[in-house]
Amino acid sequence: MATNTQIPLADRRVPVMEPGHTFISIGEKVSNIVLKRPISLGWVLGFLIMFSLMNMLLFALGYLFLKGTGIWGINIPIGWGFAIINFVWWIGIGHAGTLISAILCLLRQTWRNSINRFAEAMTLFAVACAGVFPLVHTGRPWLAYWMFPYPNTMNYWPNFRSPLIWDVFAVSTYFTISLVFWFVGLIPDFATMRDRAEHRVTQAIYGILAMGWRGSARHWHRYETAYLLLAGLATPLVLSVHTVVSFDFAISIVPGWHTTIFPPYFVAGAIYSGFAMVLCLAIPIRSIYGLEDFITMRHLENSGKVMLATGLIVAYGYGMEAFMGWYSGNQYDSMLMWNRLHGPYSFWYLSLLTSNILIPQLLWVKKFRTSTVWLWVISLIVLVGMWLERFIIIVVSLSRDFVNSSWGMYYPTKWDWMTFIGTIGMFLTAMWLFVRILPMVSISELRTLLPEAHVHEAEEVKR
Amino acid sequence: MSESSVYGLMAEFDSAQELVAAAHRTHHAGYHQIDAYSPFPIEGLADAIGFHKNRVPFVVLVGGIIGGLSGYLLQYYVAAITYPTNIGGRPYHSWPAFIVVTFEMTILFAGLSAVFGMLALNGLPMPYHPVFNVPEFKKASEDGFFLVVFSSDPRYDDARTREFLKGLAPRMISEVPS
Repeated sequence: MATNTQIPLADRRVPVMEPGHTFISIGEKVSNIVLKRPISLGWVLGFLIMFSLMNMLLFALGYLFLKGTGIWGINIPIGWGFAIINFVWWIGIGHAGTLISAILCLLRQTWRNSINRFAEAMTLFAVACAGVFPLVHTGRPWLAYWMFPYPNTMNYWPNFRSPLIWDVFAVSTYFTISLVFWFVGLIPDFATMRDRAEHRVTQAIYGILAMGWRGSARHWHRYETAYLLLAGLATPLVLSVHTVVSFDFAISIVPGWHTTIFPPYFVAGAIYSGFAMVLCLAIPIRSIYGLEDFITMRHLENSGKVMLATGLIVAYGYGMEAFMGWYSGNQYDSMLMWNRLHGPYSFWYLSLLTSNILIPQLLWVKKFRTSTVWLWVISLIVLVGMWLERFIIIVVSLSRDFVNSSWGMYYPTKWDWMTFIGTIGMFLTAMWLFVRILPMVSISELRTLLPEAHVHEAEEVKR
Repeated sequence: MSESSVYGLMAEFDSAQELVAAAHRTHHAGYHQIDAYSPFPIEGLADAIGFHKNRVPFVVLVGGIIGGLSGYLLQYYVAAITYPTNIGGRPYHSWPAFIVVTFEMTILFAGLSAVFGMLALNGLPMPYHPVFNVPEFKKASEDGFFLVVFSSDPRYDDARTREFLKGLAPRMISEVPS
C-alpha cells in the first residue's frame, strides 16, 4: 500500500478518483453494492446462464472421467490439444491481477488501488480454471496426487528434473500466494463491512472474516510490512510462473518450442491477455455498479497502454521466431515458419497476427484508448488472439515434426469445446458471486488516496 | 491508581493529522502503554506511539530460508538418495534442474510466513477486545481516529490522564470498560 505517495494536484490527466469523496462516502459507495443494493433481474439471469455453463463443464468432465481422454480430439502426434491451450491461456489471464496488485504496488502506482481487488479475484478464478486442465489431461485425475512428493507405500517419488513437476510447484505456489495476498488485502475491508452491516448474520460473517481487526497503529504497521513483502515476493513469483509454463515447451526439442525467447515472450503475452480480461470485466462492471468515480478513464487508458506495450513485446517475439527460422538455417525451424504461413492452419496464424498485432495498434490513438466501447472490443479481440497464439504454438508445432510419417491434424470435438466454454462459465460464475459478496474495490486503499489521509511533515515535527 | 474494571481512556480526534500530533504528545508526556486506531494506515503513527519493534521482516526471512532449504534438500534426498533415477544420463545431483522448485518453495514459505507471522504478531484472530465496548469505536473502520491510554500504564491515573487528554482537544473522551 503506497501510503506516502502524494496525488499530484495539478495534474492535467483524468484523476485516479473523482473529486468530492470523503472517507465515509468511499466506504458507503463500495459496501452498499454488497450490503444494500437489491439483487436485480439482470444479475439473476446472468448468473443462471453462467451457472448452466459451469454445469456443462461438470457434465463434460463427468463423461471424461467415465470414458477417458479419447473423447477429446487429441491423439498422437497432437497429444496436448485444448487442455494445454486452455491451461496456458487461463493462467496467462491470471497474471495481470498479480501485476496490478504486486508490481504496480512496488512501483507506487496509486491508480492500481481501485482495480487491484477485482483484478486479484480475476487471478484466483482464472488460476482455478487453469488448474482444471492439466489435472483432467492426465487421464487418470484421481491419481494426480502422485505428483506431490510424500513418503508413500508405493515407494515412489516424483522426478524433479521434469518441467511438468516444476509446473505443479509453480502453479500451486502461485494460487496459494495469490489467495493469501487477496485475503490480507481484504481484512481491513472486512472490518468496514462488519461495522456497516445491519443484519445480524452478515455482521457475524464479516466479523469472523475480519478476525477482530481494529485498525490499531501497531497492526497497521505490521500489516503494511507484510503486504509490501508479499508484493515483493509475488513479483518474482508471477514472472516465474509463466516462465515455468514456457519451460514445458522450451525444454523439449520440438521445432517451434525449443527456443530461448519463450520465457519473456510468454510472460509478456500473459500480461497482455490479462489486461485484456481486466478491461473486459472492468468496463461493464464500472458502469453497472456506478463505479466510474473510482475506476476512471485514467485506469482504462493506462490498461490500454500496458496492453499496447506488452502487445509490442509479443509482436517482437513473433518477429524473432520468424527471423530465427531463417537465420538458424535449420530446415525444421524454417519449415515451421513456412508451415505456419502456408500450412493447413495458416488461416488461424493470420488471424492471430491480425488480432494480436494489427488491431491493437489502434491503441496508439488516444480516441480509441479513451472510448470504452473500442477498448472493450479490442480487449475481446486480444483475448481471442492470445488463445489462438497458444493454439498455433501447440497444434502447429506438433502437427508437423521431423518425419512426414508422424504428421497429423488436430480437430477438437464437442467435448473439447464444452470443457473450454464450461470453464468460462465457471470463471464468470465466480465473478458474478464475487461482486455481490465482497467489496470489489479496496476501501482502505482508496481512502489512502484522499489528501486528508496524509500527515504533513511540517506539523508532525512539532511535538 | 486506577480501578481494575477500566481498560483505558479513549479519545477521538478529527483527523489523521491531529491523531498523529496527539499521539506524539501523549508518548512524549511519558505514557507508553498507548495505542492509536485508524481506518487506514497513517504514516508516522506507529512511530508516534513509540512502536519500533517490527519483527515481520525477520519472520519472513526465516520462513524463506526454511522454504528454500527444505525445497532443495527434498529434491536432493529424492533424486540422489532415496529414489535415484537415470534421466538422460545426467548426474543424480543435477542442481540446475532443482532451481525452480527451490525458488517456488522459498516464495511459498516466505509468503505464508508473512501472512501468518503478521496475524500472529498482531494477535489475530481476536474476537473480543475491550475497545469494541465503546459505541463510537465503530467509526474506527470508517472515519474515526482514536487514541487509547491503557490503564496498565504506570503513569495512568483516571482523573489526571483524562485531564491530559482533554488538553489535546479531542472530539470526545470516553472510558473503555474492560
